[in-house]
Amino acid sequence: MSSMYVARNPRVAARGLGGEMMIMSGRDSTLFTLNKTATILWQSADGETPLDEIVTRKICSEFDVDPKEALQDAESLARELASHEILQVSETPILPGHSGAEKSK
Amino acid sequence: MSGLLEEMTAKALSLNIPLNVQLDLTYRCNEKCVHCYLDHNDHGEMTTAEIKHLLDEMADAGVFVLTLSGGEIFLRKDFFEILEHARRLMFCVKLKTNAVLIREREAARLRDLHVESIQISIYSHHAEVHDAITLIPGSLKRSVDAIRFLKSQGLKVIIANVLMIQNMQDYPGVRALAAELGVECTLDPTVTPMMDGDRSILSLGVDSSALQQVFRDSALVGDADEFCAIPAESGESALDATPCSAGHSACYVSPYGDVFPCVQFPLPTGNVRRQRFIDIWRYSDQMNDVRSIRVKDLTTCSSCTHAATCTRCPGLAYMEGNMRGPSSQDCEKSFARTGIPSANMLAKKRAGVNLVQIRPAAIPAGAIA
Repeated sequence: MSSMYVARNPRVAARGLGGEMMIMSGRDSTLFTLNKTATILWQSADGETPLDEIVTRKICSEFDVDPKEALQDAESLARELASHEILQVSETPILPGHSGAEKSK
Repeated sequence: MSGLLEEMTAKALSLNIPLNVQLDLTYRCNEKCVHCYLDHNDHGEMTTAEIKHLLDEMADAGVFVLTLSGGEIFLRKDFFEILEHARRLMFCVKLKTNAVLIREREAARLRDLHVESIQISIYSHHAEVHDAITLIPGSLKRSVDAIRFLKSQGLKVIIANVLMIQNMQDYPGVRALAAELGVECTLDPTVTPMMDGDRSILSLGVDSSALQQVFRDSALVGDADEFCAIPAESGESALDATPCSAGHSACYVSPYGDVFPCVQFPLPTGNVRRQRFIDIWRYSDQMNDVRSIRVKDLTTCSSCTHAATCTRCPGLAYMEGNMRGPSSQDCEKSFARTGIPSANMLAKKRAGVNLVQIRPAAIPAGAIA
């Protein structure tokens, strides 16, 4: 199974507000808020750490969840955020400043 | 306002977070607009390092929407360095500019830095009218060219059209120009007094009959009868409401680091060169005084027919002498809209007295750390 890498899309605007993350899409200025799990994913999305490692280290340590199920949910969430151009998703590490087309898994 | 934005604003209010800040980078300008409220001389603008430090503090304080304005922002040689820093901090950045200095290269850089929108002042679609307001020959052409460059980069542009005596008849033409360029257009019939309290430029503002014409224009307001309807009686919730976002979820910082509740509300609350931004926001006596005001606390206005629907600006009221008092310009708007005089207009008619200008109060010594 290949890894998935996630990076914050540099086009967005973002700020934490009372434990939630407020994100404005760079595509059409649509506003989103991320829940606690999605916020962890967003904050950990450095483009270098594989998603499975983020899930193990940051999500499974915080929530009482099955690791396999948590990874599936995280992958699904990452793809959804990528569809809104909030995250970038790739099978290879994402270099800083990269804003080209995402390669979905 | 979208539902989610409304929710976020309510949350920011409950957490006392300044969600929106306008930061003027300079008061210097390459246009000399006849109605401008600013002193364009440089009295010691913040340095690049000071502004970057302030932006760091604002990000930590929770500021999300950062509007960079002036003066003319592109006159600062470090403008793009400041903008790059702001975007690294993930602010939603909006710009206000006359766009005269924006060419293809600048438009491309703005695209690369993902600014949310660029608001550009256009006074008329006729060069002779626009340029007579900016006092710069060729300025309309430069600004319109810039809009085209920005649009070609896929950027969101908003034309801001301030209505005055000189350009009153041209707003349909400006709206047609905006449509042709594929950009939004906003109309503002408010001329703001000079920041030092000089009210002479208010004579450039449109009169009541011109305001009536604007408020009855269905192209602007939708259903004119509904827009101009006699206001319903103010309920308890309207009287418990805050007058506007100034000091509640928004504030303004001048090029010299002075913090005010709003760009149109020159009540000094502190200076970021001497205090942390968040400390001014949270602890300034003046900011907390502004924050404490509810519609029911307003002298004259709380008993006015228009209390629930008036666009009363507390900053204009402050510049008129009392931030809890009426703003005559907004009284005129309410009257032009509905035909019903405001409580302030009736009181003045009874008293037959003129307004008294009161200068902004000095900051008490203890308010500065």
